[in-house]
Amino acid sequence: MNETSLLQPVRAAGSSALSRPDEKTVTTLTEHVVEVISDSGEGAQRCGQSLGGIAAKMGNGVWTVEIIPAEIRPPARSVAGASGNRIRLGARRVTNGGNETDLVVAFNEQVLLGRVRAHELKPGCIILLESMWREDSDPKIAASYKEVHGQLVAAGYRVYEIPMERECRTVVADARRGKNMFALGMLCNLYSLDLQLGRDQIALTFGKKDKSVVASNVKLLEAGHEWAERNLDFKFRIPAQRATEPQIVVNGNTALALGILASGMEVCAMYPITPATSASHYLSDVFEKVGGVVHQAEDEIAACAFAIGASYAGKCAVTITSGPGFSLKQEGIGLAVMGEIPLVVVNVQRGGPSTGQPTKAEQGDLLTAIFGSHGDAPKVVMAAGTIEDCFYSVIIARKIAETFNMVVVVLSDANLATSQQPFPRPQFSEAWLAPPVDQSAVPERAKPYDWDASTGLARRFIPGQPHGMHTLTGLAHDTLSHVAYDAESNEHAIHSRSLKLAALQKTLKTPPVFGDAAGDLLVIGWGSNKGTIEEAVEGLRAEGRKVSSLHLTFLQPMPPGLKEIMQRFKKVMTIESNWSDRPEDDLIDESNRRYSAVAMLLRSRYLVDVDCWSEVRGQPIKPNTIRRVILEKLGRP
Amino acid sequence: MSIAATECLLRLHDEHHELEDYQSGVPRWCTGCGDNAILAAVQRLCRDENLRPEKTVFVSGIGCSSRFPHYMKTYGFHGIHGRALPIAEGVKMARPDLHVFVNTGDGDCCSIGAAHWIHAIRYNMNMTVMLHDNQIYGLTKMQASPTSPKGLKSNTTPRGAYLDALQPLTVTLGVQNVSFVAQAVDWIPEVLYDILSAAFHHKGFSFVRIIQRCPEWLPKMFEPWLHDPQRILLLNHERGLQVSPGLAKVYKNQERHDPSNLNRAREIASVMDPIPVGILYRNPDVPCYEVLRRSDQLRSADFIKAGLEAEFDKFTVWPQEAQERVKPHA
Repeated sequence: MNETSLLQPVRAAGSSALSRPDEKTVTTLTEHVVEVISDSGEGAQRCGQSLGGIAAKMGNGVWTVEIIPAEIRPPARSVAGASGNRIRLGARRVTNGGNETDLVVAFNEQVLLGRVRAHELKPGCIILLESMWREDSDPKIAASYKEVHGQLVAAGYRVYEIPMERECRTVVADARRGKNMFALGMLCNLYSLDLQLGRDQIALTFGKKDKSVVASNVKLLEAGHEWAERNLDFKFRIPAQRATEPQIVVNGNTALALGILASGMEVCAMYPITPATSASHYLSDVFEKVGGVVHQAEDEIAACAFAIGASYAGKCAVTITSGPGFSLKQEGIGLAVMGEIPLVVVNVQRGGPSTGQPTKAEQGDLLTAIFGSHGDAPKVVMAAGTIEDCFYSVIIARKIAETFNMVVVVLSDANLATSQQPFPRPQFSEAWLAPPVDQSAVPERAKPYDWDASTGLARRFIPGQPHGMHTLTGLAHDTLSHVAYDAESNEHAIHSRSLKLAALQKTLKTPPVFGDAAGDLLVIGWGSNKGTIEEAVEGLRAEGRKVSSLHLTFLQPMPPGLKEIMQRFKKVMTIESNWSDRPEDDLIDESNRRYSAVAMLLRSRYLVDVDCWSEVRGQPIKPNTIRRVILEKLGRP
Repeated sequence: MSIAATECLLRLHDEHHELEDYQSGVPRWCTGCGDNAILAAVQRLCRDENLRPEKTVFVSGIGCSSRFPHYMKTYGFHGIHGRALPIAEGVKMARPDLHVFVNTGDGDCCSIGAAHWIHAIRYNMNMTVMLHDNQIYGLTKMQASPTSPKGLKSNTTPRGAYLDALQPLTVTLGVQNVSFVAQAVDWIPEVLYDILSAAFHHKGFSFVRIIQRCPEWLPKMFEPWLHDPQRILLLNHERGLQVSPGLAKVYKNQERHDPSNLNRAREIASVMDPIPVGILYRNPDVPCYEVLRRSDQLRSADFIKAGLEAEFDKFTVWPQEAQERVKPHA
């Protein structure tokens, strides 16, 4: 590319016509999936997040997903090193990350190649590619660039080569660091977003820094906007409707941390683990402002034990972790079950088993959450389905934990953890908060485990309460909390602890069916697949297919009425992000097939022939995939 | 932690407690077990300090010694193997107003719970920790523990323990933020009591290793020390243990040791024979983690609401009209 060509509209390789910028037609879209990718540390994530923020302010539906390399500092220009953000923009509310990408901004061709090979780009996807590598002083780099560029063009992608860094250098000295805001400016132009919102976003992002930082980033933003206006031959508009109520834009982990704040809990004990840790990062920053403590323990076991100790002596406490840490906490969880100490355990699931895929999404921990810890250890398990759910789940979990003196496990996953989606700003309620620690005297001779015969509930005695003195023990115990190995005491205690789950179950509402109450197929899902399943179901229903879906928030206990719902459908299946054996495998038949977690639970509990489809590809299931699966299950109409 | 005004008034009215107020049930330890001596000393201490039973918590792990809380008429938490310390830390963090004691054995503390032990020293939370060290696993019937002497024959070391014993005192004294380390033996109750009393009064993590006999599995282990007072080195100091004249007549082997002298404490700790008994180290100036971390802010609903709304503000996208009106980030 030479200097003069910059004055002309850049023609996409493979595109047919050259148009004058003033003749640009604005194409109206219902939605687009945009990616910004770079090497780690080049700011693509900030660019993508900012784009999401601006679009949300415009009133577009938004879902942003982080693209994270597994390594902290992958080598520059490496296929596995793509770092950035994927932003799904919609005219309506967006409930998931959507399908493949429609437009990508790439700071080098290698990270782009990684995305191509992962089949993340739509056929014919628009690619805005940094072109400086073509002229790189290292002939290998220049050759690699030309080769990849050629392949992309040949594969039918609309590739625009853009001298981003060179253009940035006309505005600022260190172009490599400002390129992301130049890209943001281009994207604002291409999607007809209000540039002033872009300036506001920069002021918000860099507000803590020097004014000159804000100013130079605004200059870059404007330069990118101007450049796209003059040089690119296309433009989109995604109609937006401004929200009438204030919206919160956070990712799932921040929402979890806000939920902890709002629940009135005082102690969060944790140990660093991906992908849960960012919740604790944020919480560490803000919890003390409301008198809370984030304790980074020496290990996962200690974090659980610390939370148990804090709960035992005061308000319900919380420990946050991910898969491997959740395994380590199991003995402690059993202790809390046995002692009937309220405890909230948040597990932001990642890929397993073992160290597995720390940054990837999976729903593989449900059965561990329900059945984990040795012996009969009944606990409550609920799963957040949306970013908003992450917030409210913690508040509900704390409440259940303290009402029933139980362990409540809240499952999130790596998808929710890093995705952002606006939701209505919560209206604070005092009812969210934990009550003050009871320090009143208990009646003399009251029993610490005076289990109610019908509900299994017993009042908890907290240190400081006169006459309540007893020794809580993880050993089998009687109503006085005395160690008791006799048959009656042991059964009485196990019976009572189990009854509490039934008592909770009686208070749960039957979840609503998405779609008609009866039909050909019911798709059941849980966790972060909620939005995707509903989108696919909605699309197929619009085409006249008799499919509905059901989302489960409570997995243990399951709410009442599920069997009746399932019986109104000819077929029932779950769609989950965990392993299930493939019926088409030679060795797999009905006698040995391992079902997905919820399918197995539903089959065993309700004796309904629930099928399942699942994948463990480390990323959210795409709506089109679910659509295909449902169509296969439905068969020809 | 806020308390009702009536509770405060009650406290002005000084209660008096008897030994029975701290006694619960008949201990099921073996006759001659060192745990009995520790229990007697602790109950005496509670009475003498007039601790309110409902404001006192004994936390333990698993093992013979960890049955301790069951025999106290206070609050107790008989937890899981190795985790007494992190549980006690949680208790203290949530409730700095409670008196927290920890009873842990040599297996519980120095083996399965060793990581927590190291970090508990560093946190330096205000609690009294008794390491009941009988150098053997008793409850599971005689397996070598980390503090078992080299060569000890046990069910898991039938040809003798392979390794030199771990020294709990040197380990503790080697950790940053150590603030109180003492050693007692179960067969000198007067000193055991004095040391536990000093430990209780120290503000911080008071670590007391108590060498104790196991009549069931190692009945003769400490016979030589019992019969020869010269094999006990009593540490005395005006800022440490003060040895009574009666005791001094029996235990003549003494050293004047200033508990602020960490280097000398480490030297003393590394000696196994004679057994040093007394306060090896005390530093009242090490900050307590719960003091560093807790805010004394009264957590009213309005206070939490204000904090939460401020956070919401950071993440809120306002409707256009509202934004023009509010401009929170302009």
